Amino acid sequence: MATPLVVSEVAKSFTMHLRDGVRLPVVANVSFSVKAGECVVLGGPSGVGKSSILKMLYGNYGVDEGQILMEHDGRLVNLAAAEPRTVLEVRRTTLGYVSQFLRVVPRVSALDIVAEPLQARGVVAEEARERAAALLAKLNLPKELWALPPATFSGGEQQRVNIARGFITDHKILLLDEPTASLDAKNRTVVVEMIAGKKAQGTALVGIFHDAEVRDAVADRIIDVSEFSPRKHAA
Amino acid sequence: MSAVPLLKVRDVSKFYGSRIGCRNVSFELYPGEVLAVVGESGSGKTTLLSCLSTRLMPSSGMIEYHMRDGQYRDLAHMGEAARRFLMRTDWGFVHQNPADGLRMTVSAGANVGERLMAVGDRHYGNIRASASDWLRRVEIGEDRIDDQPRAFSGGMRQRLQIARNLVTSPRLVFMDEPTGGLDVSVQARLLDLVRGLVHDLGLAAIIVTHDLAVARLLSHRMMVMKDGAVIEQGLTDRVLDDPREPYTQLLVSSILQV
Repeated sequence: MATPLVVSEVAKSFTMHLRDGVRLPVVANVSFSVKAGECVVLGGPSGVGKSSILKMLYGNYGVDEGQILMEHDGRLVNLAAAEPRTVLEVRRTTLGYVSQFLRVVPRVSALDIVAEPLQARGVVAEEARERAAALLAKLNLPKELWALPPATFSGGEQQRVNIARGFITDHKILLLDEPTASLDAKNRTVVVEMIAGKKAQGTALVGIFHDAEVRDAVADRIIDVSEFSPRKHAA
Repeated sequence: MSAVPLLKVRDVSKFYGSRIGCRNVSFELYPGEVLAVVGESGSGKTTLLSCLSTRLMPSSGMIEYHMRDGQYRDLAHMGEAARRFLMRTDWGFVHQNPADGLRMTVSAGANVGERLMAVGDRHYGNIRASASDWLRRVEIGEDRIDDQPRAFSGGMRQRLQIARNLVTSPRLVFMDEPTGGLDVSVQARLLDLVRGLVHDLGLAAIIVTHDLAVARLLSHRMMVMKDGAVIEQGLTDRVLDDPREPYTQLLVSSILQV
């Protein structure tokens, strides 16, 4: 079976120059791979580096050491060392991300925010909006909200916009940072179904889920991130 | 993904006597890419922008532009006439103060139409039609086409300046603090407009700003300048979420949260 994502010996630390250059090691020797159709969940207590790993996989955190290999457009790309425009290209066609919080853009409607990744892939506006509407309906977002910019939405409403935006494309790799944290039971079930759908399509998923019920429903494998603690490796 | 850069910048420096404007700046810009140049006042952002757009001659270094005929031309060795033609057709320059980029005593329609006439359009009906089309795209009512920009608000003037620049379908637009001095709601409207136009037209742009939120919203890549030098560059969200240099960390930690 294909393996679209391979993480090999990745290490990350922060140097806080505003605090006398104190160096905070975050993770070391992170190695795992994700097969097509598999959902790997990053587990472990808060502050252990789960979100940092996801952010490195998406390219918004830099990587000190190691490789992040992704199958993109028929070739292998090392995202840890890729040029910015390569990272953007990988994000456009291969790599999706549902962040914990929606970054709202002034004046852009919920529907257009969801449709945007499809339009970036060349789908015509009308079709992209139709598919966006179908997803928002599936996630039970009231229709009155679709035409409004989500800045004033509740946490759960914003999160559903964010999920729809992440799930609308057929990206081969999808990263999920607590997508169900502020959802009610009914919508959590919808998201669990959507994740199952992605797995059936052969998407490789990496996620963080604090909700044990959701985690057990979607995870094929749980990786304990405390295994990647830098202290452990220093010893 | 286009394979060749639109602009190639190598080791560009500008000295004002013994004072440094900018030094050893190198980067490449590809079609459709938006690059933000950030840093505080006096860091050399505007000097760099002036060098890139041939408004200032660099003291050293080379800037090459990929012309429509497929050739790279060294801007320093281009004749004055050829440079001016480039400025009028393939490039746009949006000034912080719209009065610097507009003719304040001719009508809005003429401000837009003038750039078209400069590239050889002579048909009055066509010029007026494209002027009114562009006014609509920047959300200026058609009934204002014969008004002078003197009678416009700050936000409208800035939108008119953008229309004037984009009417000739440039491939590269320089912007110097395009939202400076506008109040927030007007700024949001302008940002949304610029974001849409850059995306729809596939423009490459270099935007100088001290506002990191503007950089986050509009740019793909970012360069941070301090004392005339580029101290950090990369993907915009990487630089903002994981800043490495002491000065970048200071900038990012100084953003006011709303």
